[in-house]
Amino acid sequence: MSFISLLWVLLLGSLLGLELIGKVPPTLHTPLMSGANAISGITMLAALTLIVKAEGNVPLLIIGSVSLGFALFNVVGGFFVTDRMLAMFSRKPSNKK
Amino acid sequence: MNLPVIIKFVIDLLAVLLLALGIKGLSKVKSARDANRLAAFAMSLSVVGLLSYYLGTSGIAIQSWIWIIIGSIIGSLFGAILAKKVPMTSMPETVALFNGCGGMSSLLVALGVAIFPISGGQENFDIFKSLINEVSISVSIFVGAITFTGSIVAMAKLQGWLSTPGWTQSKVRHFVNIVFAVASLIAFFDLINGNTSSIWLLVIVSSLLGIGVTLPIGGADMPVVISLLNSYSGIAAAAAGFVVDSQLLIVAGAMVGAAGLILTQVMCKGMNRSLVSVLFGGSLSAQSTASSGSGEYTNITSCSVEECALTLEAANKVIIVPGYGLAVAQAQHTLREVTKKLEQNGIEVVYAIHPVAGRMPGHMNVLLAEADVPYEQLKEMDVVNPDFPATDVVLVLGANDVVNPQAKNDSSSPLYGMPVLDVQEARTVFVIKRGMSAGYSGIKNDLFDLPNTSMVFGDAKKVLNDLIGELKDLGVGEK
Repeated sequence: MSFISLLWVLLLGSLLGLELIGKVPPTLHTPLMSGANAISGITMLAALTLIVKAEGNVPLLIIGSVSLGFALFNVVGGFFVTDRMLAMFSRKPSNKK
Repeated sequence: MNLPVIIKFVIDLLAVLLLALGIKGLSKVKSARDANRLAAFAMSLSVVGLLSYYLGTSGIAIQSWIWIIIGSIIGSLFGAILAKKVPMTSMPETVALFNGCGGMSSLLVALGVAIFPISGGQENFDIFKSLINEVSISVSIFVGAITFTGSIVAMAKLQGWLSTPGWTQSKVRHFVNIVFAVASLIAFFDLINGNTSSIWLLVIVSSLLGIGVTLPIGGADMPVVISLLNSYSGIAAAAAGFVVDSQLLIVAGAMVGAAGLILTQVMCKGMNRSLVSVLFGGSLSAQSTASSGSGEYTNITSCSVEECALTLEAANKVIIVPGYGLAVAQAQHTLREVTKKLEQNGIEVVYAIHPVAGRMPGHMNVLLAEADVPYEQLKEMDVVNPDFPATDVVLVLGANDVVNPQAKNDSSSPLYGMPVLDVQEARTVFVIKRGMSAGYSGIKNDLFDLPNTSMVFGDAKKVLNDLIGELKDLGVGEK
């Protein structure tokens, strides 16, 4: 992949991000932040790449593994916590009327 | 193109599409929960894509598998446990912590690649390529470190583990931060010149910069900072994408970075502050106490819980204005009991949610939802403001700056221009508050001086409990 095409990817990705959330009700700001935050843990892919390409280099394996741990902490925790918040909103209102 | 490449290509494309749909769906109440799951699915899909690609091409050594499994189990386990255990009131600091760890991950990847250049792949050594590599490593480390230390400081401040040290309010801090920034720049150029050891300098000074920039920021501005740091962690991920040559990482990182910026902007608007003043202005109270005379209150009416209960009993329409104090006192369930009683008595109850009530936009919604408050009873500021003149009683619970009429009337006030809830239009306003201390902005609240405002002093939870007792004595909600 050439550098220029990666720059294009960056540019288009940013534009997509700008467009995606135009109007968000304030209710959803915290869950949205937390969900987007979970997605930023996508660095786990970089950590995986590092581990796979380490080829027996133990320090690198350890760095990759710690990095993967941090990223997954971010991803798993982030999605769970977002789900917990959203579960409260979608709960059926007034179940005792 | 062989098969593994094609499979990975298709999966990556699908993952990007699903992630985009996920972020999109998260911005609507109806679809939010499914969207979150969709995004989570897309993330796991991307892992499958990557692993299957390596399985199909270079293969994955047993040793690598072991480290992958160790890292994932430990990380996911801690993440899941924390996410399940943490109370809803400390959501902002939890998001900050997760966010910091994402930044740390990007930092570590870049560091690993910098110290032990990855072998294999297409290693055609032209200077341009290695320059790009070094730049992206530096950016990833720089942004990742700032995200990590900044988020940790933000979390510690929200938890009350860290206060704002006095010197950080003086001008000295700008000088200190500039020194850190310049030092990062020097380390960066040194790194590009081929001096690998300066990478440690970069790690250290950018970490310090993250601390130096976040530490002076006051509690009220923290949500904006967390949102901004969230955007940074996206940028760090995108930079890590350049480091390991992954388009998926770049797209996802860029999306989060851009979406985070928008969200930050929205939050700033809600508080009538510019991003610049949040970042460089220090905490608001420091400047405002001097300028807008923190005048004395002259006309405070204090009243008992009993009077409050009597007035509530006679009301037809009651609006509750919750704020951070409610979250601190953990009084949301008690509040719900009070409002249930009122509703059983045929009184209309509505909650007015200011966009920045609490420490994070949506904080109050989450909190009240936890206490089973029906979603339809939560009204946003623009919807509820015209209702105040027709309202008998407003209960302000631990909110302060968001109900300050100064924002409308006093052009010299630092709050001037901030959209506020017009509670003073209601017939009677009760402010439940611990004492006369100022809100997070440190500004006097003119509302408290108004003739139709009565203060009920005490901890929100205790006052509400007493209120339940009084309402019971009056026979409210017993029919």
